[in-house]
Amino acid sequence: MNVMKNMTKRQQPHEEVPAKKLRLTKPSKSAALHIDLCKATNPTDALQYLLSFARKPVEAESVEGVVRILLEHYYKEVDNSVRLKIASLLGLLSKTPGFSPDCIVDDVISTLSNDKSNQVLAQLLDTLLVIGTQLPENTAVTQRLIEVACKHLNSTYFGVRNKCLQLLGCLGTVDKPLTKESEAGTSIAPLRDVQNLISDYFGDQDPRVRTASIKAMLQLHGRGMKLQQTAYSQACKLLNDDYEQVRSAAVQMVWVLSQLYPESIVPIPSSNEEIRLIDDSFGKICHMVSDGSWMVRVQAAKLLGSMQQVSPHFLEQTLDKKLMSDLRRKRTAHERAKELYASGEFSSGRKWADDAPKEKVDTSGVNLIDSGACGAFVHGLEDEMYEVRIAAVEALCSLAQSSPSFAEKCLDFLVDMFNDEIEEVRLQSIHALRQISTHITLREDQLDTVLAVLEDSSRDIREALHELLCYTNVSTKECIQLALLELLKNLTKYPTDRNSVWKCLKFLGARHPTLVLPSVPELLSTHPYFDTPEPDMDDPAYIAVLVLVFNAAKSCPTMPALFSDHTFRHYAYLRDSLSHLVPHLRLPGRKQTAVLGSELSEVGSGSLESAQQFLQESLVRVSTLQNLDSPGAQDLLDFTIRDLKRLGELQTELAGSADFCATYLHCQLLLMKALQEKLWNMAVPLCLKQNAMASTAAQQILEETYKLEFLYSGLETRQVATIHNVRLQAKALQLILTARTKRGSPLIGLCEKFLQEVELFQRLFMSELPHFQDSFVEKLLELMPRLVACKPLDLVKILQTTLRQSRFIHLKLPEQIHRASATIIEPTGESDNPLRFTSGLVVALDIDATLEHVQDPQTTVKVQVGVLYPDGQSHIIHPKPGDFRTPGPGRVRLITQVYLSHSAWTEPCQIEVRLLLAYSSSSSRLAAPKPAWNESTEGLPTSESSVEGTINLSKPVKVFIMPKPARR
Amino acid sequence: MPDIKVTPLGAGQDVGRSCILVSVGGKNIMLDCGMHMGYNDDRRFPDFSYITQNGRLTDFLDCVIISHFHLDHCGALPYMSEMVGYDGPIYMTHPTKAICPILLEDFRKITVDKKGETNFFTSQMIKDCMKKVVPLNLHQTVQVDDELEIKAYYAGHVLGAAMVLIKVGSESVVYTGDYNMTPDRHLGAAWIDKCRPDILISESTYATTIRDSKRCRERDFLKKVHETIERGGKVLIPVFALGRAQELCILLETFWERMNLKAPIYFSTGLTEKANHYYKLFITWTNQKIRKTFVQRNMFEFKHIKAFDRSYADNPGPMVVFATPGMLHAGQSLQIFKKWAGNEKNMVIMPGYCVQGTVGHKILNGQKKLEMEGRATLEVKLQVEYMSFSAHADAKGIMQLIRMAEPRNMLLVHGEAKKMEFLKDKIEQEFSISCYMPANGETTTVTTNPSVPVDISLNLLKREMALGGPLPDPKKPRTMHGTLIMKDSSLRLVSPEQALKELGLSEHQLRFTCRVHLQDPHSDSDTLSRIYSHLKSVLKGYAVQHLPDGTVMVESIVLKVSSSGEDPNLKVILLSWSYQDEELGSFLSSLLKKGLPSGL
Repeated sequence: MNVMKNMTKRQQPHEEVPAKKLRLTKPSKSAALHIDLCKATNPTDALQYLLSFARKPVEAESVEGVVRILLEHYYKEVDNSVRLKIASLLGLLSKTPGFSPDCIVDDVISTLSNDKSNQVLAQLLDTLLVIGTQLPENTAVTQRLIEVACKHLNSTYFGVRNKCLQLLGCLGTVDKPLTKESEAGTSIAPLRDVQNLISDYFGDQDPRVRTASIKAMLQLHGRGMKLQQTAYSQACKLLNDDYEQVRSAAVQMVWVLSQLYPESIVPIPSSNEEIRLIDDSFGKICHMVSDGSWMVRVQAAKLLGSMQQVSPHFLEQTLDKKLMSDLRRKRTAHERAKELYASGEFSSGRKWADDAPKEKVDTSGVNLIDSGACGAFVHGLEDEMYEVRIAAVEALCSLAQSSPSFAEKCLDFLVDMFNDEIEEVRLQSIHALRQISTHITLREDQLDTVLAVLEDSSRDIREALHELLCYTNVSTKECIQLALLELLKNLTKYPTDRNSVWKCLKFLGARHPTLVLPSVPELLSTHPYFDTPEPDMDDPAYIAVLVLVFNAAKSCPTMPALFSDHTFRHYAYLRDSLSHLVPHLRLPGRKQTAVLGSELSEVGSGSLESAQQFLQESLVRVSTLQNLDSPGAQDLLDFTIRDLKRLGELQTELAGSADFCATYLHCQLLLMKALQEKLWNMAVPLCLKQNAMASTAAQQILEETYKLEFLYSGLETRQVATIHNVRLQAKALQLILTARTKRGSPLIGLCEKFLQEVELFQRLFMSELPHFQDSFVEKLLELMPRLVACKPLDLVKILQTTLRQSRFIHLKLPEQIHRASATIIEPTGESDNPLRFTSGLVVALDIDATLEHVQDPQTTVKVQVGVLYPDGQSHIIHPKPGDFRTPGPGRVRLITQVYLSHSAWTEPCQIEVRLLLAYSSSSSRLAAPKPAWNESTEGLPTSESSVEGTINLSKPVKVFIMPKPARR
Repeated sequence: MPDIKVTPLGAGQDVGRSCILVSVGGKNIMLDCGMHMGYNDDRRFPDFSYITQNGRLTDFLDCVIISHFHLDHCGALPYMSEMVGYDGPIYMTHPTKAICPILLEDFRKITVDKKGETNFFTSQMIKDCMKKVVPLNLHQTVQVDDELEIKAYYAGHVLGAAMVLIKVGSESVVYTGDYNMTPDRHLGAAWIDKCRPDILISESTYATTIRDSKRCRERDFLKKVHETIERGGKVLIPVFALGRAQELCILLETFWERMNLKAPIYFSTGLTEKANHYYKLFITWTNQKIRKTFVQRNMFEFKHIKAFDRSYADNPGPMVVFATPGMLHAGQSLQIFKKWAGNEKNMVIMPGYCVQGTVGHKILNGQKKLEMEGRATLEVKLQVEYMSFSAHADAKGIMQLIRMAEPRNMLLVHGEAKKMEFLKDKIEQEFSISCYMPANGETTTVTTNPSVPVDISLNLLKREMALGGPLPDPKKPRTMHGTLIMKDSSLRLVSPEQALKELGLSEHQLRFTCRVHLQDPHSDSDTLSRIYSHLKSVLKGYAVQHLPDGTVMVESIVLKVSSSGEDPNLKVILLSWSYQDEELGSFLSSLLKKGLPSGL
């Protein structure tokens, strides 16, 4: 029945029937097609019919009929292009969900053996490929298809060979060689496995076939077949192919093999040495970084990043562009380099006339080309195409993460990239450096170059650099001073970086307390004998210094002794105003607060488990509530909600979970109140007030459920289902209330809609249903057949009883729940100067906000900016996708401009700016299955059940604006 | 054997006066036609009398190709075409064609107007010469005549620099001109496909150098400039008007923009403005970044770089000045240098090569006191830095190009002999190809082994394909039967039948007959059937027939048996086969000579 209903729904839009439910008979696609094709007098017409036919959807039931018709025409048709189109249609049709294509395999294979045209053959093989991939379990079909592929492999047309190889790659049996029985019958090839067969075509005369054969191998690998090591030497040969697509595929192949057999030993040609395969392949791929085609270069550079098993000395060569020779390999890089300049072999071009030939060096050991790894990254990083450079930076980063010594070496190169001409590359290299910064300690000169970038005019770059400095280790006191100096310079040059700079200094201080200690008097400009003037408390630079000092003082108890009086006062002020930047300090002479504070903090750190336990216990306690009407249930809920809210405030780690539970319980509480006994026993006109109460409750529950679903990240399907259950309950309540107050026709529509939603629930959460015993939804689904048939009023009655009988669902908490939140950093809302502009024109307001735990701000949920004018007008602005930046995991930064406009005001007024989270229930995280090719948009129900709305994400910020009338 | 001859008239084991003669496949081509910076006499131009003593060059040269606009590659062009006399085509890329006359005119002015030389080419001659120029596009194959074709590849180095592939039949030569394998701020890297030329003629200016990463150099440069500016010092960068100057401008311009710096940057005027105009115009010849962003902003429209005026040199405060010429030997750069040399806060950065004897060369070698004209001495207190920004390929780059092009022979020009020697060894060792480095006037001859194309008839090919095994194997040569027809300078391979038909000849049958004596005590017909069954068992895959008229046919071979008159047991077997079946026939005769097996 369900299927039938879906069918009708799909038919509705283009049959243009009224929105009532109708049973429609399917129009016979096959018949229509047949007539059309018979009408066609010449190939062009037939082709046109087929093309237009391909645009329309075909249902699973009629596919077979259509296929028959098509085949029939296929046999009659003489024109190649029409046969080709039919063949391709067969492929498309066999992809129809619900249609099992095994019945047409025989037909297609038989046509294959009869057809003469190579193009048609290729297309037919393609169709077989589609069929084969649709039926991965059917070994008999797979076996036949492989036979067919083997038979056509020696075609003279490249397309046919291509497709055959593709077939072999997609279907080739993974665990056994091509079976004997098939061989005995056909006796085409001796007994060999798919890999051997495919590798024969590595040397094909057509580059496209060569590519296809490598791709087929890769496909086999992708399907879990272990490639043989013998393919390695062949793949290496293909690295020198004339055609870029072959080289590109070969690079991949070499990489795959290097991952499979990293430790096996391969000989070095032209010498009797042997090296590990991973090293050999690393060298070869490095070599490809200087390939002629940039596509290959990008690919090679990318793959290098994942070759972490490579030996360190090979790895380090990648950064050394100088020649490699046997004598050089043994000594350390830097000294040797200098000696080598001196010996006159090669000059660096950095010093004048250092390339004057001095003495003849022994050139026999010097090897310019085969030392592939040499300078691969140096080349990659100075490549012409920025795609290659980015790939190289990424690879460098991932290699450095696994090898601290390499990280040390690549530092200089990454720092050099801070100077790239493309901002994206600069940014990427700063991020890369941040990621490896745990391994390294910056020397003073390196820090100097890094800090030079602080003057960059691009905000992204500066912030990335601040982020980098947060994680950086430095070695000396001078470095700290240098960093502070540069950051202060940055602060004066770009005052908007205030927050970012402070945060940076916070981490810098916390990381290097001992380095900060000696320079404290200097930093705070205290003097042993003289009192120095008290610095200005509002100076951002002074605050910056204090942030550094206080954070260092946290783990350095001797430091506060160096503070002067006003410093303590300033500490108290900053601790209060910038509590996220200034840690708690144990200060002498401030015993009381200190003790209190330390206790508090200890409670905070030690009690995570106990808080967790408390949370669980509260939930268990609540879950004992079976019946909503039981006495005291309401109170218990009330208390629990209160407890949870408080817990959330105290324990930031659990805030998300606690909030989530509290909100959920709140919904339950509202529901419980709304369903109280007395309300429902009274006659309708007597309880208008209660009705109103109940309907507001229902409304509120609905809103809360949307918040629950979209505001929290880390939910599992089960929780989402629970939320949907509550939502259904609220909707049922609404329906009942409507039925009680209004009488008449609209009820039918509402009931219909409600039933659709129940069905949607069933479809989305089929797997979760076992957890919903005795729940509202479960009962509804049991009653479904009755509900569909009965009249609206009966339905309402049933709903009412079900609603009251249904059990309260115990909420199971997932591992981690985070509540999405946002803070608007800019504008601050403190400014008294109104933003003046001519009315009717626009003014741009810069918005800078951080979003936390907002999942995928561009797709699933949409973050928008809402502007509310004093006259009640509100606008919603959609930021561009490019305005969202991700500085760290779970954190998103929104930097955008909002255009404001209004007609003239007489005096400045405040507008409210806030961030909103727009959701639509159709874009729920359980993504609907993708429409198949024939279910184009016209066929799909345009989710009439989707509800769109917005949730406030941040506190509103007030901005003074003043639109002035235009002067004439 | 055909060969290719290469004779450098200039740039053979030397830098400057590039001019190389190539004769390939009966065509004579002149590659570049430059002048030598170091000479002021006749030696400054190539010795064209090498080509012909008297008369015009037109009869001896098929075309002239200019790789780029530097004067050591195009400086002698008007002299050659107008004064010596050449009317054939001159090929160069569009940017070269645009910029080359400006430089030539400038060169002419300096030599004629300033130095007062006579017997030099005139402005009109430059114009006339440029009329003979045929512009080239990248990767466009140009047919010079029916056999000679040329194709240009991107070479980096300077705007419009190109490498050229010259092809006559299957013989080909690549001339690189000057090229750069590492991209810089305004130009991309040289690129060539795997064209496998017979000779690759490459420059080798930096044959013994492997440069540090470009980034290091850039960073050092920017850091030095930035530090000096912050100190309040002045920076002088002596440059030549075109090429490196633009790169450094872009480097500083972007740096200024990124870092929000305010100190002024000046560029000495003159040629530069015209040149910048062309850089703006030929944006497709620049690198990825500039090409992609020029819609928003053309990188050559400098925001921070302004024209320099003589009086600015005395302005207080920091500044950066680009001034010509690059070796501090004369002109504005020297004047400014004199003014600023006394202050240790200031800095001079030499971005390139300096010829011996110039002020640039002296200060780079650490001389602290310079003697000026009029016995005055100049104390050099300012900092002197050297930054190699030269846009030539280094040793590694040259190797990379060889790897890209895969030539059969290598020829080095445009470099110092000693350095070339080093590179030559390396190349021979790495690629095991022969490498030449001829001096000026010395001819290198390379024999080639050109493939001779033959048209094969499709039917014949298909027939052979059908006979072949299951796998087409490109590496295995295969023998086939056919007739080679050489007619009207075309070669065709056709099947014998068709050849006969075309030539109007009738086919002659050539048959071999042979008698084999056999001892066999059976009757003739029995012997025949015994032979038949024997052959049937031996020759499995062949058609063996026993015909009713008393013969056995194996394919087209006929066997007959008759007994000799004297001895009825001695059978005479008559074998007859045609020429085509020679192999089978001789096999049969030797088989039958061994006698029949007794088991039958």
